[in-house]
Amino acid sequence: MEALSSFWKRNWVGYFFLAPWIIGLIGLSAIPMGTSLYLSFTNYDMFTSPSWTGLDNYTNMFEDRKWMNSIKVTMTYVFLGVPLQLLFALSVALLLNKGINGVRVYRAIYYVPSLFGGSVAIALLWRQIFGGNGLVNKVLGFFGIEGMNWISSPDTAIYTLVILTIWQFGAPMVIFLAGLKQVPVELYESSRIDGASSIKQFFSITLPLITPIIFFNLVMQIIGAFQAFTPAYIISGGSGGPLDSTLFYTLYLYQKGFTHFQMGYASAMAWFLLIGIAFITALVFLSAKKWVYYQD
Amino acid sequence: METSKATKSISNVRVVSNNSYRTIKNLKGILLHIFIISVGIIMLYPLLWMVSSSFKIETEIFRNISFFPTEITFDSYIQGWVGLSGVSFATFFRNTIFLVTMCIIGNVLACSMAAYAFARLEFAFRKVLFAIMLVTMMLPFHVTVIPQYIIFNKLEWINTYWPLILPKFLAVEGFFIFLMVQFIRSIPRELDEAAKIDGCGPIKMYWFLILPLALPALITTMIFTFIWTWNDFFGQLLYISDINLYTVALGLRMFMDAMGQSSWGALFAMSTLSLIPLFAVFIFFQKYLIEGITTGGLKG
Repeated sequence: MEALSSFWKRNWVGYFFLAPWIIGLIGLSAIPMGTSLYLSFTNYDMFTSPSWTGLDNYTNMFEDRKWMNSIKVTMTYVFLGVPLQLLFALSVALLLNKGINGVRVYRAIYYVPSLFGGSVAIALLWRQIFGGNGLVNKVLGFFGIEGMNWISSPDTAIYTLVILTIWQFGAPMVIFLAGLKQVPVELYESSRIDGASSIKQFFSITLPLITPIIFFNLVMQIIGAFQAFTPAYIISGGSGGPLDSTLFYTLYLYQKGFTHFQMGYASAMAWFLLIGIAFITALVFLSAKKWVYYQD
Repeated sequence: METSKATKSISNVRVVSNNSYRTIKNLKGILLHIFIISVGIIMLYPLLWMVSSSFKIETEIFRNISFFPTEITFDSYIQGWVGLSGVSFATFFRNTIFLVTMCIIGNVLACSMAAYAFARLEFAFRKVLFAIMLVTMMLPFHVTVIPQYIIFNKLEWINTYWPLILPKFLAVEGFFIFLMVQFIRSIPRELDEAAKIDGCGPIKMYWFLILPLALPALITTMIFTFIWTWNDFFGQLLYISDINLYTVALGLRMFMDAMGQSSWGALFAMSTLSLIPLFAVFIFFQKYLIEGITTGGLKG
């Protein structure tokens, strides 16, 4: 008892300031995580009490073709969208880093899509642009190419979402620009004296020195892309269609949990997502030893 | 005589070559600018086209891919603002502004308190708790959303803003704590010592010294909270189904469902309006936004 009171005396100020966060940590993170782990082993529809089903939810997932498909869709989105987005971000950052005037204005212009990108308004706009009567087809028509309804074709719908994510390359671009400014100018000068071409400079100086930033962007964008929801929901009208071709993992989880009220199954899906993201992030971290260059 | 002529002509040659080198460099610079601007225009064209379409006559939107309307009309705005089922966009905007304001207050207050504790105070398990905070930053919210929904449902908070606001007052967004910890650590400790000598306790120190000095980090937090809440859709979709409580995002979604393909003009007009506050914040606080992206890797 005495130990407790002296512990309290020494630490109360810290815990006073930390109190909101700790309450949130326990009430909104720890307890819900435990609950969702428990629910993932049950059948639960919110109206009757949960019934224990063991690993059924997890094994059922692998027989659920819609679930398998949602993984395929999400993987396509992440592993096509993120690298292309970063490639764009890096290319534009390199262009803007050439010491030209007005960099701040250009940076702002290129950042605008990132600012708006996650909004419902942009998803709506995308639905129009790639629709049968949309802007893309009008432009194609101008060049004599006949378009199609990109949104309602199961072969192309996912690519309109990939384009949407590439379009939002502004945030990683800003990070690349900040990183490129850190590369010491002396390195370029001395290599120029040695007669290195600018392409050689890029591969032997710039690229190695910004690998930590590429790595950072890669991890952040992968984690973010796995959780994308709004564009798929809006473009498909909440269905993930056509033919489940835009059924993102998170969208399927939403449908299972909050439209079908299969909350046990949805919880299992959430835990699978957590493990999946952790696994892929771990792979990226492991691979970092091979390609990320840290200056000492 | 001869030699001086020769040196003169040599230096002339040098001047000429120097000049042409400069012209080539200038030309390259101009081409680079043209290239960057062109790519920028192509990128922003959908947005620009949406804005201009919102001023076009409905039938012209699909016929005219040009940026310039043949005739400027505000019909789409008037038609769109009316909203649906007797609830206008004025309500949606008012609701969103209320929600955003509450979220900003919550985040700034709760995250700065936690950040102050982590950055300046000594207490048991500080390092462990900080590590836990960093881990929670990376967790996909899906592992907590279902139980949270069940809890909020039990509390009968569905169709209120509590499920969206309360988490902010409990500092759930670790990014901001991290951002502020970084910032507070950069404030010289001597200031704390001086304040302590003047009889400042930890609570006064937080309120009168750290908070004012950490203002840039607080502004960055405000801006990102604004953008994220304004753009949020998942949380609002989950908890709000009463049309009188709809936010702009939900209003737009419903508008699309109700109008279908028939009324793109009004949809574009309201979409444009919904982006203006974001754009304004971006224009006025760009510095803080860039700061947040580069130090915390925050996404706009």
